[in-house]
Amino acid sequence: MTLTRRHALTLGLALPLALQIRPALATPETMRAAIKGFTGGAEVTEGGIELKIPALVENGNSVPLTVRAESPMTPEDHIEEIAIFNEINPLPDTVRFRFTPRSGRAEAQTRIRLNGSQHVTAIARRSDGTFHSTEVNVIVTAPACRES
Amino acid sequence: MSALINVPETAAPGDILDIKVLLQHPMETGFRTGPDGNLVPRNIIHSLRCLYLGEEVFAAELFPAVTANPFFAFTLVAEETGEVEFLWVDEEGVEHREVRTLTVG
Repeated sequence: MTLTRRHALTLGLALPLALQIRPALATPETMRAAIKGFTGGAEVTEGGIELKIPALVENGNSVPLTVRAESPMTPEDHIEEIAIFNEINPLPDTVRFRFTPRSGRAEAQTRIRLNGSQHVTAIARRSDGTFHSTEVNVIVTAPACRES
Repeated sequence: MSALINVPETAAPGDILDIKVLLQHPMETGFRTGPDGNLVPRNIIHSLRCLYLGEEVFAAELFPAVTANPFFAFTLVAEETGEVEFLWVDEEGVEHREVRTLTVG
């Protein structure tokens, strides 16, 4: 095949697209691995924790998130940490909150980025070393990370 | 870099108070390409801590999935008059500290 001007032009247009490197995305598998890193492989029971994210999100760049775990928050029995995990952002780790009995409640709010519709998981670690989880499904119409 | 921090000025002992923090920061993820086609280097606030009477009340570990200008709301139990201290640090190593005084009585 001779390299005509037309070929050279299409090649020139296509090459930057081919060379564009996309970061690897988190997958349900990497999320599971990240969760295992947090729990150390311990058993996780469902319930005792509530994760509030709107079911339908228009702007993935700013998604309000509230998480709350049931706990008396006494020195003997309190929630030590809550970690949030996602399935398809570039990294499965989203945010982690550490609490103490001085927190009063194991409750926190923040805003996160979501790169598309996915499940978001919250896992709480109690002071007795047990783990409690919940999961919500979020539909994102305009994902984050796309306008770069 | 500035921050909006909301701590009630006065409280009764045992009250559970709502604390709100809004930090000004781009939270550059490191996954975004700049105008020159290269990845913009990652720079996020990776840790935020809140101390009351010198002891930790709440802390957050942040990842790139936290929005630009991160917002946090959490609670603390009022005990006695003292300082509520906020410490946060980003990946350029810039440390910030803000202090509010809470009057309990």
